[in-house]
Amino acid sequence: MALKHKTPMLEELEKGPWPSFVADIRRMAARKPMCEDLLGLLELSYEQKEGHWKHGGIVGVFGYGGGVIGRYCDRPDLFPNVAHFHTLRVNQPASKFYSTEQLRKICDMWEEKGSGLTNMHGSTGDMVLLGTTTDQLEPVFYHLTHELGMDLGGSGSNLRTPSCCIGKARCEWSCLDTQEITYDLTMTYQDELHRPMFPYKFKFKTSGCPNDCVAAIARADCSIIGTWRDKIRIDQEAVRAYAAGELVPNGGSHGTAKRALDIQKEVVDLCPTGCMEWDGKTLKIWDEDCTRCMHCINVMPRALRPGQDTGATILFGAKAPILEGAQLSSVVIPFMKMEPPYDEFKELIEKVWDWWMENGKNRERLGELIQRFGMKAFLEAIEVQPDPRMIKTPRYNPYIFYDPADVPGGWEHDPKAFRERHHA
Amino acid sequence: MPFDPNDIMKDRITDIGPPKYDNFFPPYIKENYGKWKYHEILEPGVLVHVAETGAEVYTVRTGAPRLMSVDYIREVCEIADKHCGGYVRWTTRNNIEFMVDDKSKLQPLIDDLRSRGNWFPMGGTGASVTNIVHTQGWVHCHTPAIDASGIVKSVMDELFDYFGSHKLPAQVRISLACCLNMCGAVHCSDIAILGVHRKPPFVEHDRVQNVCEIPLVIAACPTAAIKPKKVGDRKSVEINQNRCMFCGNCYTMCPALPIADGDGDGIALWVGGKVSNSRTAPKFSKLAVPYIPNEPPRWPTVVQTIKKIVEVYASDARRYERIGEWIERIGWERFFEKTGLEFRHEHIDDYRLAMTTWRTTTQFKF
Ligand code: HEM
Ligand code: HEM
Ligand code: HEM
Ligand code: SF4
Ligand code: SF4
Ligand code: SF4
Ligand code: SF4
Repeated sequence: MALKHKTPMLEELEKGPWPSFVADIRRMAARKPMCEDLLGLLELSYEQKEGHWKHGGIVGVFGYGGGVIGRYCDRPDLFPNVAHFHTLRVNQPASKFYSTEQLRKICDMWEEKGSGLTNMHGSTGDMVLLGTTTDQLEPVFYHLTHELGMDLGGSGSNLRTPSCCIGKARCEWSCLDTQEITYDLTMTYQDELHRPMFPYKFKFKTSGCPNDCVAAIARADCSIIGTWRDKIRIDQEAVRAYAAGELVPNGGSHGTAKRALDIQKEVVDLCPTGCMEWDGKTLKIWDEDCTRCMHCINVMPRALRPGQDTGATILFGAKAPILEGAQLSSVVIPFMKMEPPYDEFKELIEKVWDWWMENGKNRERLGELIQRFGMKAFLEAIEVQPDPRMIKTPRYNPYIFYDPADVPGGWEHDPKAFRERHHA
Repeated sequence: MPFDPNDIMKDRITDIGPPKYDNFFPPYIKENYGKWKYHEILEPGVLVHVAETGAEVYTVRTGAPRLMSVDYIREVCEIADKHCGGYVRWTTRNNIEFMVDDKSKLQPLIDDLRSRGNWFPMGGTGASVTNIVHTQGWVHCHTPAIDASGIVKSVMDELFDYFGSHKLPAQVRISLACCLNMCGAVHCSDIAILGVHRKPPFVEHDRVQNVCEIPLVIAACPTAAIKPKKVGDRKSVEINQNRCMFCGNCYTMCPALPIADGDGDGIALWVGGKVSNSRTAPKFSKLAVPYIPNEPPRWPTVVQTIKKIVEVYASDARRYERIGEWIERIGWERFFEKTGLEFRHEHIDDYRLAMTTWRTTTQFKF
């Protein structure tokens, strides 16, 4: 159909094999003036190479301090239908399984009350409903809670929407019930999620194993990553079948053609700890030296499986570069059993929050506070003993702090006695 | 009880959280939860998982543009109703997964997906280039230096062949963020596309006092380039342009410090990050190309540069080597030589722990 605005540049993006967001928005534009103006506005941005949304915008629903991102276009004179274009974050079901019945209900509601455009999904995990007017926010929220059994997700200085990998629902390596943990934390901390009370944002992410398919170590202030403490389970028959070319290596990730797996070269030699041995018949793993990197298991999924004494490694502090530079999460609890109701974990988290809420500066992420106060202060506050698993290497500068209580005689000097021993 | 606009606190429901995850599990997922034994990729985009009970589930993964209309979602529902008992899911990289519990249902599903034009390309499994995790861009955000959706579409069109095949040494994760806030997955990706500015913000002195909290603005600057300043009788701020590296964080805090600039803004490319612990520890992405101009609607220079990096990696790296592992083996001097990318001043770190990134050994290649 002909659009109200000319969009020659965007039309270029209707070509090519990858699904085109332009073609998709355009078919909505036939029914939705909001979509028509969005395309017009985007074309203007393409011409000028500058965005056209005004700064910020504080809107929301009563009772909550977050969940809605306000947006106003800066050329309402040209594009009145996107003068307001607010986003709602809707908390997704953990690992994003849906029934079509539920999805259709959401679509009908959003076509009626919003632009009909979404992001499936936001990078934190939320289902993002993209674009509506201020007067529709309360009706959308009412419909979500009453008709769809769905709530808003997080935004602002609060607990953001937790998310997880697919875990035990469809992965043989998961050492955790990732969905159960995510759902439990989301429900336990609804107040912290909806009503900003922290110095800044805080995210949980849970992956079932060290492959980390939800990128928890990079994208969550608290990263919960599944692992095991006992031995990798080996099926020697299956190992020999890989060597003989009867099973496809890496589950077929490098092509599905059968080929003999060179176990020495592709598994043993790539093991980061050199803790494996292969004599052509039997694969031996010295599990006490294995760091559970997953490589051998990834390459031979039918022969090797994680152990059965499973739990989580808990890491803290990942954040994007603003302000003090980017951080990945660091190991704080090498191993914790994770079973409902997760009391041990929740006690830990509440100590972390207490410390951060008391000491964190405005807009200071947990990772930055740990840097500013030091890992020692953090560990003391959450009552965790130091452990060599927390570090890559001991420090190499000698600028070491001591508590006067740990030094015989404390920090008081007797200058007279000193001078009696050492004449000035 | 319909919504009553005159009494909006009436019947208010709060704090119910998301629907419980297993409400939407297909029956075969519920039955075999935690009982999976192994999986295999049957062809690009198609997985089978086998449970200890012998049950099988076949998954077809298809690419998606993430930004999608309700019509798109309805078409997903139509397919899921027809083949998958009314269930479907999305992945952590915003692909769509259709599942069936019997091999006989697989081919009809695949045929159906293939019959629907460009909307449901199969792939994203194994050693492929899968979907690009990306952000809002000019579609919705106020702080971007680049668009998101348009660049993603342009890159995926060019690398499309790698999405539906397994011909790389390992999986290649590409991500995009339209400004340094990085609302995505970019800093730890094999290849990352980042929107950057190159001019300091300008100060609208007549607005600062009315729309900004000045102490917050000053605290927002990583390099302490901002000072308070009186302009006439109005409180405002002054920016030391020599200390500003154009991060835009002060604009995030203060609308009176606009920074977007059509001529100055553009793209930096980063390489070598990963999040998985497989073989080597997770790695940050590092700067490969400091600046490429915005070239809507197809961003040809960015697209060709990424393609070049992927091709050189594909021909040179060993099996299982992620881009970052490959570069660490051959050395950065070889990376720049093999890719033909220019090495410039901007590549040398000058922020705080910069010294740890310089070469403190005589080991290098000529
Ligand atoms: C200024 C307007 C901004 C907009 C429109 C915006 C938009 C978004 C959206 C839509 C998401 C996905 C949310 C979800 O899935 O629930 C997101 C995630 C994110 N945002 Fe922003 N954002 C903004 C500002 C910021 C700022 C100021 C920062 C940091 C300083 C930031 C850092 C992030 C990060 C790190 C994520 C990813 C979180 C994850 O993967 O868990 N954003 N943003
Ligand atoms: C060496 C430079 C970099 C380092 C050390 C770094 C590190 C990090 C870390 C630790 C996070 C965690 C994010 C959080 O949740 O707060 C992060 C997030 C992010 N980074 Fe980087 N990063 C770097 C460069 C980049 C580049 C070049 C890009 C884009 C091209 C980028 C894009 C992102 C995005 C999109 C996120 C949000 C991830 C998320 O939370 O979902 N980063 N970065
Ligand atoms: C049974 C095997 C596996 C299953 C079921 C699985 C499942 C998944 C799924 C569903 C996704 C989202 C994919 C997408 O959106 O395209 C994903 C992403 C990912 N997977 Fe896996 N995966 C498996 C094996 C692996 C292996 C072997 C590795 C690493 C060597 C790995 C590392 C990752 C990473 C890093 C991501 C991306 C996370 C992100 O950037 O968002 N996974 N995985
Ligand atoms: S993180 Fe591990 S358990 Fe979770 S989906 Fe990925 S491979 Fe499976
Ligand atoms: S999991 Fe990693 S460290 Fe452990 S034996 Fe396998 S390859 Fe080696
Ligand atoms: S990366 Fe920056 S510009 Fe892009 S959506 Fe996030 S805050 Fe906005
Ligand atoms: S753009 Fe960044 S570096 Fe420049 S003044 Fe603003 S906060 Fe400081």
